[in-house]
Amino acid sequence: MPDQLLFGMEVALNGLMAGVLYALVALGFVLIYKASGIFNYAQGVMALFAALTLVGIMEGQVPFAHLINAIFGTKIHHLGTPIPEMLDPDVTIAYFNTEGAGWISWLLGGIGNFFIWPINNFDIVLALIFTVFVMIALAWAVQRFIFRHLVNQEPIILFMATIGLAYLLEGVGELMWGAEVKTLNVGLPRGIAEGVESVTEGWFGYGFFLSRLDIVAAVIAAVLVTALTLFSQYSKQGRALRAVADDHQAALSVGISLNFIWILVWSIAGFVALVAGVVWGASSGVQFSLSLIALKALPVLMLGGFTSIPGAIVGGLIIGVGEKLFDFLMNPIIGGATENWFAYVLALIFLIFRPQGLFGEKIIERV
Amino acid sequence: MFYREAGDFKTSYVDDSQTFPISFDRYRYYFVLFVAFALLPFMVDDYWASQILGPFLVFSIAAIGLNILTGYCGQVSLGTGAFMAVGAYSCYKLMTGVDIWYPAVCDGSRILFFWCSGRAEYQIWFQLPEINILLSILLSGFITALVGVFFGLPSLRIKGFYLAVATLAAQFFLIWLFNSASWFYNFSATGQITAPDTFVAGVQVTGAETQPWALYMVCLVFAFGCAWMARNLTRGSIGRRWMAIRDMDIAAEIIGVNPLKAKLTAFAVSSFFIGIAGALFFAVVSGTAEAGDVFGIQTSFEILFMIIIGGLGSIFGSFAGAAFIVILPVALRVIGTEMFGWPSEIVEHFQFVIVGALIIMFLIVEPHGLARLWQLAKEKLRLWPFPY
Amino acid sequence: MKDTYEPYVTEDGRQIGGVLMEMKNITLRFGGVVAIKDISFDIREGEIRAIIGPNGAGKSSMLNVISGFYHPQEGEVWFKGEKRKPMKPYQVAQQGVARTFQNIALFEGMSVLDNVMTGRLTHMKSNLLQQVMWWGGAEKEETANRERVEKIIDFLEIQHIRKTPVGRLPYGLKKRVELARALAAEPMLLLLDEPMAGMNVEEKEDMSRFILDVNDEFGTTIALIEHDMGVVMDLSDRVVVMDYGKKIGDGTPDEVRSNQDVIDAYLGVSHD
Repeated sequence: MPDQLLFGMEVALNGLMAGVLYALVALGFVLIYKASGIFNYAQGVMALFAALTLVGIMEGQVPFAHLINAIFGTKIHHLGTPIPEMLDPDVTIAYFNTEGAGWISWLLGGIGNFFIWPINNFDIVLALIFTVFVMIALAWAVQRFIFRHLVNQEPIILFMATIGLAYLLEGVGELMWGAEVKTLNVGLPRGIAEGVESVTEGWFGYGFFLSRLDIVAAVIAAVLVTALTLFSQYSKQGRALRAVADDHQAALSVGISLNFIWILVWSIAGFVALVAGVVWGASSGVQFSLSLIALKALPVLMLGGFTSIPGAIVGGLIIGVGEKLFDFLMNPIIGGATENWFAYVLALIFLIFRPQGLFGEKIIERV
Repeated sequence: MFYREAGDFKTSYVDDSQTFPISFDRYRYYFVLFVAFALLPFMVDDYWASQILGPFLVFSIAAIGLNILTGYCGQVSLGTGAFMAVGAYSCYKLMTGVDIWYPAVCDGSRILFFWCSGRAEYQIWFQLPEINILLSILLSGFITALVGVFFGLPSLRIKGFYLAVATLAAQFFLIWLFNSASWFYNFSATGQITAPDTFVAGVQVTGAETQPWALYMVCLVFAFGCAWMARNLTRGSIGRRWMAIRDMDIAAEIIGVNPLKAKLTAFAVSSFFIGIAGALFFAVVSGTAEAGDVFGIQTSFEILFMIIIGGLGSIFGSFAGAAFIVILPVALRVIGTEMFGWPSEIVEHFQFVIVGALIIMFLIVEPHGLARLWQLAKEKLRLWPFPY
Repeated sequence: MKDTYEPYVTEDGRQIGGVLMEMKNITLRFGGVVAIKDISFDIREGEIRAIIGPNGAGKSSMLNVISGFYHPQEGEVWFKGEKRKPMKPYQVAQQGVARTFQNIALFEGMSVLDNVMTGRLTHMKSNLLQQVMWWGGAEKEETANRERVEKIIDFLEIQHIRKTPVGRLPYGLKKRVELARALAAEPMLLLLDEPMAGMNVEEKEDMSRFILDVNDEFGTTIALIEHDMGVVMDLSDRVVVMDYGKKIGDGTPDEVRSNQDVIDAYLGVSHD
C-alpha cells in the first residue's frame, strides 16, 4: 500500500478514537435534551468541574482553601494526608503483559487488565465514587435552584440559563479547588500502544501509532455508550425518561415524577461529564481549556440530531475522523489548527441541506 | 409623585409615536445628552476614557447590534466576537491602505491571492490609499454587514439553538482566518494589529498620544448615532417585521413578512453595528488587537450577557447591560483587591460566579432585564410616597 | 363545472360578484395520509363562504392550502382569474389574502397596536435607508398607516386596550385583535379559522356581528371554518361540507341541510 494511504489510515484511526470521546460528551447533551428540552451548554464545564473535584479529593485538598485563606489570613491547603492514602489497601495483582504479544493475547490481556485495575487502584475508585456523589448533589442543586423555576420557558431561555450555569460552575469550581493546571493521574496507561504497532507492522509493514490512553478511553466510552443506550431502551427508568421526553404532561398523568427524572438525567449527565473529564484530564491536564474541548460536542449534535443517541455516536465518529483527515490533507495548503473550526463548518453545511440532522425526525410545521 | 405622566396628552399620531412620549422622560434624556456631550469631555482622564467610558460606549454599540438580532428578531448568535474582529481587521486594512499581494516565490502551494503557507516572498501588486479613520470605521461596518449576511443565510433553514451553534462556526472560522492569513495583519511578526496615528480635523484620534477627551468623543458620537439609528429602525415597519419573526415566525410569514428578508436585514444591521464596535474598540480604544485574544468566544458571551442583563429588545437595556458588564470587574477589583487585599485570582473567580448567578437570576426573575426594572422603578416613583 | 357566475344582490342588499378564488381538484398528502382528496370549490366576490365538516375532515388543511402554507400535490388554485404559481405564504398575503388562526397566533411580545400594525406590513414599502433616517418617508408612512389602523381599532371596539401587551388579554379579546390584524391588511379574501372556537354565547354573538359588519361595510370576501352549525347556517351564503378529506356537499345552507350525505356524516351511519 502507498505510504500516503497508510498515513491517512493511521490519522483516521486516531480520529476514530477521538470521535468516541466526542460521542461520549455528546451523549450527555442528548440525554438532558431528550428528557427536559434543555440544551445544556454547561456540559463541558461540568466535565471540568468533575475533574477538578476528583483531583481535589485525590490530593486531599481543602475546598475553598484559597478563599478561606484570603478571608481569615490562614494558610490551610491540604488535609494532613491525602484521603486515598488513608484508605489504600495493600492488594496488588499483577497485570497481564500485553506488550509485543500477538493481537489475540493483546486483546484478552487488555480485557483482563480492565478488571484487575479497579482492585489495584481501590483508592482511586473510592475517590471516583466520592466525585459521583458530588455530581449527584450538583444535579439536585441545578434542578432545585435553577430549572425548577424555569419550567415551561422557551428553549432558548433555558439554553442561555445553561450558559449562566457554565460561568457559575466554572467560578465555583476554581474557587473551590484553585485555578492552576493540575495533573490528573488515575493510573490510566500512557505511551504508545506497542500491541497495535506490532500487529499493524505485521499486516502492512508499517506500525500505526496509537496512544494507549486513547485506546483505553475509546473502550471506556464505548462501554458507557452501550450501557446508556441499553439503560434508556430497556430499563424502567429509561422508559420513564423517554416518556418524559415525549410529553411532560402525559408523563405526569401516568405517575412519573418529573422532578426525579430530571435529577436522574442531570446525574447521568454529571457522570458522563466525570468520565469525559477523567479521560481528557489524564491526557492534557485539568485546566480551563477542558471545558472548551467539550464544545466540540455541539457540532456532533447538530450532525446527529439533538434527540438521537445513535446520531450522537455516528456524528461523533464522523467529526473525529473528519477533522483529523481534513487537517492531514489540508495542513500543507492552508496551515494548521483547522480542528478549531472544521467540525462547526461541516455541521453547518450539512444542516443547510438536512436541517433535522442525520437521525432527527422531520418536523411538519402546523399552524 | 416624582415621576408623572398624567396631563400629558397627545393630539397627533406623530407625537404619540415619538421616542420619549412623556415630557418628564424627554427632559431627563436631554439632560443626559447635555452631561455626556458638554460636561464629561472636560472631565475625563486617561483611565476613565480608555478603561471605563470608552469600553462602555463601544460595547453598548455591540450590545445594540446583538440586541437587534437576538432581542428584536429572536435569532441567537454566539459569533459576536468574531464579527467585531471583522470590523477591527477591516478597519485596520482600510486605514493602512488595502494592499493586494501575490506570492512571487512560494514554497507551499497557494490557493488565494494573499495566501501562501511555507516560505514565501511576496510582491505587492497594487495598494489603495489610506482612508480617513472615521470613514474607515463606517466602511468596516458595511463590510461586517456583508459577512454577517453571509453567515445569516442558514438562518432560513435552521432555527433556535441550531442556529446559535451554527454561528459558532462563524466565530471559530473567522478567528482562525485572522490568525492564520498573515495578509490580515500586514505580515507583522507578532500577529498583532496596531493602529497608526490618525487625525480628524487636526485632532489625534488614534495612536498612543490620543487625548482622553478625543477618544471619548469619537466613541460617544458613534454610540449616539448608532443608538439613534437603532431606535428608528425598531419603531417602524422593519422593527415590527423583526418582532413578528421573533414572536411567531410561521404566523409572521402568513401575514406577509418575508422571513428570509427580515432575518437577513436583521443580520446585516446587527453586524453593521457590531463591526463599528469592533473597529472602534481596536482603533480608538485599545490601539492594538489580536484576534483570538480580544474577540474570542468569551467576548461573544460577554455581549450576550449584556443584553440578557440589560434587557432583550431594549436599546436602553443595551446601554445598561454594557455598563454593568464593563463596570463589574472594575468594581470587584476595587472592592476585592484594594479594600480587602485578596489575590486578584480569587476576585476573578468571584466575577465568574457573580456573572453566572446574575444571568440565571435575571432569566428566572426578570427576563426583560434592567430595562424592565427601571420601568418598574418609575412606576413606583409615580406613586411614591403614597401606596395608590 | 361552472366557470363564471352572474353577479347578483342578496336579500339584505349585499353585492355578490364573480369568482374570486377557485380550487380545482386539490389533493394534499402527508406521506401516506391523504388529508384532502380531489376537492374543487369556488369563492365568489363579496360572499361569506363556510367550510364545515367533522373533526379531521381536512378543513384546516384546506385553509392552509389557500394561504399557501401547504402545497397540494395535485390540483390548481385560481385567484382573481389567474392560475396561482406555487408561492410562499408571504407572497399569498401580499396578493391580498389575510387570515386568522385556530390557535391564536398573535405576537405576544408586542402591544395590541403593534400587532394590528403588523397587519399593514404588506402595504408599508419604505426601505431600510428611509427607516434609518425616520424623518421624512418612514414617519409619514407610519402616520398614514396608523390612521387606517385606528379606524379598524375603532370598528372592532378595542380602543381601550390599544397599548396593552397582547399576552395579558383574555381569550375573546385576543380573537378580536387577531381579526383586527387580518382586517388591517385590507384583504380581498379573509380566511377565518374557527373564529368562534372556545367562546361563550355572548362572545359568539359579538364575533358574528363583527363578521357580518366586515362583510357588509368593507365588502370583504370571507371564507370561514366553524363548528357551530347554527352560526354557520345563519352567517354564510354558501357552505362546503367536507368529510374524510372529501367534499360531500356544496350549496346554500338550506341545500346543504337537506343533503343526505351531510346528514349521514353528522349523525353517523354504519359504514358497510
